[in-house]
Amino acid sequence: MAHDGGLVPLRRKVQLTIDGAHVTATEGQTILDVARSLGLDVPTLCFAPNLSPANACRLCVVELEGARTLVPSCARLVEPGMVVTTDSPRVRDARRMVLELLAATVDMQATPRFAEWCARYGARVDRFGAPEARAVVDDNALFVRDYAKCMLCYKCVEACGDDAQHTFAIAVAGRGAHATIATELDTPLPDSACVFCGNCVGVCPTAALQFRAEHELRAAGSWDETKQTRTDTVCPYCGVGCVLTLHVQDDRIVKVTSPSDSAVTHGQLCVKGRFGFEYLGRR
Amino acid sequence: MDLKPIDAIPTDDERAAVDHVLAARPPTRDLLLPVLRAIQARVGWISKGALAHACARLHVPPAEAWGVATFYHLLATEPSPRRVLHVCDDVACRARGSAQIAESLAKGASRDDAAWKRSPCLGQCERAPAALLVQAGAPPIERAIGPIDAAIAREAIDGAPPTTPASSGVHQPRESLRLLARVGVVDPESLDDYRAHGGFSALRRAHELGAAWVIREVTDAKLLGRGGAGFPAGRKWAAVAQQPTSTRYVVCNADESEPGTFKDRVLLEEDPFAIVEAIAIAAFAVSAARAFVYVRGEYPLAAARVEHAIAAARRRGLLGDLPIEVRRGAGAYVCGEETALLESLEGRRGEPRSKPPFPVERGLFAAPTVINNVETLAAALLVVRDGAEAFTAIGTAESAGPRLFCLSGDVAHPGVYEAPMGLPLRALIELAGGATQGIAGVLLGGAAGTFVGPDELDLRLTFEDTRRAGTTLGSGVVVVFRDGTDFGAVLHGLAGFFRHESCGQCVPCRVGTAKLDELLARVRAGAPDGSWDDERARLRDLGHVLREASICGLGQSAASAVESAARRFAIWPDVGKREEDR
Repeated sequence: MAHDGGLVPLRRKVQLTIDGAHVTATEGQTILDVARSLGLDVPTLCFAPNLSPANACRLCVVELEGARTLVPSCARLVEPGMVVTTDSPRVRDARRMVLELLAATVDMQATPRFAEWCARYGARVDRFGAPEARAVVDDNALFVRDYAKCMLCYKCVEACGDDAQHTFAIAVAGRGAHATIATELDTPLPDSACVFCGNCVGVCPTAALQFRAEHELRAAGSWDETKQTRTDTVCPYCGVGCVLTLHVQDDRIVKVTSPSDSAVTHGQLCVKGRFGFEYLGRR
Repeated sequence: MDLKPIDAIPTDDERAAVDHVLAARPPTRDLLLPVLRAIQARVGWISKGALAHACARLHVPPAEAWGVATFYHLLATEPSPRRVLHVCDDVACRARGSAQIAESLAKGASRDDAAWKRSPCLGQCERAPAALLVQAGAPPIERAIGPIDAAIAREAIDGAPPTTPASSGVHQPRESLRLLARVGVVDPESLDDYRAHGGFSALRRAHELGAAWVIREVTDAKLLGRGGAGFPAGRKWAAVAQQPTSTRYVVCNADESEPGTFKDRVLLEEDPFAIVEAIAIAAFAVSAARAFVYVRGEYPLAAARVEHAIAAARRRGLLGDLPIEVRRGAGAYVCGEETALLESLEGRRGEPRSKPPFPVERGLFAAPTVINNVETLAAALLVVRDGAEAFTAIGTAESAGPRLFCLSGDVAHPGVYEAPMGLPLRALIELAGGATQGIAGVLLGGAAGTFVGPDELDLRLTFEDTRRAGTTLGSGVVVVFRDGTDFGAVLHGLAGFFRHESCGQCVPCRVGTAKLDELLARVRAGAPDGSWDDERARLRDLGHVLREASICGLGQSAASAVESAARRFAIWPDVGKREEDR
């Protein structure tokens, strides 16, 4: 997470090797941080720069010399002398299988880059069966939950909990193949602890959580990110000064996000900044 | 954190169950599982009102408490009958006919106040087929029974609660026994009897010779962990002792859940003071402030015996100011994984942590923690009592000391056996009276282990020999299968076990175990998806992603038994045909 002024702790330099390149990194960085700084395209789904590593999807695994198994690059901190390979056959096979297993159980069609990764790793999305259909949960005015698209990345739980909002309205319930994201006893969101900050929507990688406008446009087949503009502005409501990114399609605000590297928000907003824009559309 | 309470009222019973647990102690988050267990034990399920009261007292977000309650399979979150018979449906009991019992029970009439359920391994394999009767109330009834048949099972559901049979004792000559020396000899509820058999002399010796001596001795004894991973115990203790902190913990991992494993249960039930003494030694060696024994939920007698032993030793002043607390699991195999166990102890879902950091650095409540298996602690007690030299005189150079093995399946006398490391598998089976019929295969190390064939019985049981042979000692499981065993059914059962027990945190294990189960169902049915070569490729790929990319040992070993069976037995329906083709 970005450091917002004040004293910066002294961090040691760490020498390691990634894909044959000798690199000097900083203590506290992850293998993923360093790989990306080298321009290596390591795929991730459950990782977000503004959340602690969920370490759940295992798509970012890499080979670490001396380790018995592959290691998650998003969670593994650099150590002196590490020798890392990010694209060996062992890594590619594991990533291909993660993609195939996800495709067999989750509707990944709205996930950015999923198809590209499947092509890159040779994943056959129908080899282990097809996901089951599930009804969309539509219990509030602001966003919908399409759990057929939920890959259980834990990001929404983290954003609702101690990584951002500290509301703890949702958690993972059940176990194994029956695990789901849920409120207590599946209580509808308006009756739960939810404060509708939408930070869960902001971090969802698969569009399982969608703004109502996005859901309606997708249902109508007219959701088109190539036609959308993104405009950064400052939230008009209070004095904090949160940076808002307005996603506009056909002259309509369809989504509001905040940059995860914003020093003010770290990508998180409150209900007003996230959802309080309808008045702009009233003439 | 500003919590929104659940809008529901608990019954008097539910309120009493929660308040009893919190009566004399601050309501900390780690008490969530004990509180949920108490509700389950008193009422038989966790209602909305009960959850509301638990959350309010513990200041836990309701969604998180719900996540915990729905994680453990001995906790019911829907109205359930007061009495439930958990009938073991796992590998050792199946080898002794549990499937027929379940079939017979399924035909019987159902009742509102009593029911039966299939259960993963109950750790009662020497009395297979086994069951666990649980009846909610104040006090609740929890009793392991076995061997059962359909009539006994039906009577347990409908009639008076049966009693747990006496321990089957030790079936081998006593002279050479060390780990089992007192099992069946001492009164497990008598501190005086334990002391009359040399009890608490090792703790005295530790105090005399000092913490550094203890750690050196355990290191020199080359004691490797007996829970399955085989990590050097001395290194673990030294690492925790060296951490620059004032708070350290010792946790005894008594969540023995590997199918086919029951050795730790026998030690806890029959020699509980030894485990308490060993925990006190470990805590002394690393200067731990507090210790826990996490006993699997299916072991009521073991938990009661250890609790009694702790209380008796404390009254006699033998534990100094060391608090040792028994915490019980609630039905989750994954909690045997050390970091999942720590999560569970902290009142969370039993989801393994990403390692590093390891528990020696950041364990329970983020403090350095020694976490050792029951038998490892029992072996450490021997080391401190008799010295490292006496310990390494037993076994081989790389695998020191005696070791417990759990024999079950088609052997004459199922039970726990102690053997020096290095004993050949064949001799161990002979020790248990031999196989009841010709041997088709042996499962070593449990569901997470591997099969060996009848031509591999000369395998010496050491860490190094099993590693070389591509197999594992695991937690000391030896399940013998007779000629004519339907391995398709056995493997499908093992895959179903992992599917049931996967915590669901990582994609390879959550989805991979389910897909492995589906694949083995197709193998069993003789109905491939595509060709059998397609299915072979799927098994190979599932094995790879499970082993290489799962977070913890559960997923990493979930395909290992199946893969080993595929190498040794004719599991593929087309195998005869393929050989003709070639």
